[in-house]
Amino acid sequence: MVAMVNIPETAAPGDIVEVKILISHPMETGFRTGADGNLVPRDIIHELRCLYAGEEVFRAEIFPAIAANPFLGFFLRATETAEVELLWTDEAGQEHSERRTLTVG
Amino acid sequence: MILRAALLAGGLATAAAAEDRRTGYEMMSPELRAMQDDEMSNPGMLWVAEGAALWEAPEGPAGRSCAGCHGEAAQSMAGVAARYPAWDEASGAPVDLSGRIALCRTRHQGAEALEHESRPLLALAAYVARQSDGRPIAPDPDPRLDPWRETGRVLFTARMGQLNLACANCHDDHAGGRLGAAPIPEAHPTGYPQYRLQWEEMGGLHRRFGNCLTGIRAKPFAAGSPDYVALELYLMSRAAGLPLEAPAVRP
Repeated sequence: MVAMVNIPETAAPGDIVEVKILISHPMETGFRTGADGNLVPRDIIHELRCLYAGEEVFRAEIFPAIAANPFLGFFLRATETAEVELLWTDEAGQEHSERRTLTVG
Repeated sequence: MILRAALLAGGLATAAAAEDRRTGYEMMSPELRAMQDDEMSNPGMLWVAEGAALWEAPEGPAGRSCAGCHGEAAQSMAGVAARYPAWDEASGAPVDLSGRIALCRTRHQGAEALEHESRPLLALAAYVARQSDGRPIAPDPDPRLDPWRETGRVLFTARMGQLNLACANCHDDHAGGRLGAAPIPEAHPTGYPQYRLQWEEMGGLHRRFGNCLTGIRAKPFAAGSPDYVALELYLMSRAAGLPLEAPAVRP
């Protein structure tokens, strides 16, 4: 699964930085019918979390109304040099993640 | 002297036409333009990233990758998408960019064929096109392409389907107007393959042709068919000089 993450590499202490993520995903709603007339099974991302230095700083629940290839952006306050980890859960309950290091100072 | 004057007048007319043309990008809302311009929010970049991985991936019995012959795409593929469709010596017919990639796979990699509009082929085409982002469209001057361009022009102006409409009836006569809520563009294929929000995925020009033909209740041609390649040749000649957008975002 391809995902593109954009977090500034460096920040001054106390800076507010924007975290952006674009995930390649069909976000199949489960309400559509396929060519055979049967419902196409739901396949969406259910949840996205962000950990900063191991602590959860952001969480979003995602529903079928979100379009394919979802883009999420949010802000966090840079306090220490640490890893920013983005985790998202797919239809099968499997967790995917992307990590970046934010250097503060 | 007369010839020179005629050439000069011709040149001026072309320059004036270039200023009059409007691309689909210029007709979009500022929000959608911003979405396209920011690499981070442009969903087409997901296909470009996939294409970059496929470019390096060995395929076929020889285990040869695109990069194995072409090297760095940033150098070898720069400007290529702005020139296509081009002449294919072996088949004696023009091919579009996706067609060329598909032929390269079967002929030189010995790998299984990729279908037009399939995800891996769109990803590779998007990655190759990305190397020409912002370059002016420069159609191939090969004279063997001229009869095909003429076929394309005939297709563009031929009335088709139950609604008995030609491409030109909307895209020439009513360009800049609206069809329902949707603005009618001038049919400059400046950003294919492109990410359409309506499709929620990347798609090629031939898929777009199919949409238009279905809209006028005509039977669409097959993606990659010679008729579509001829039409693409004609449209690219009309769009000559306009900047290529790779990947473009459209509503």
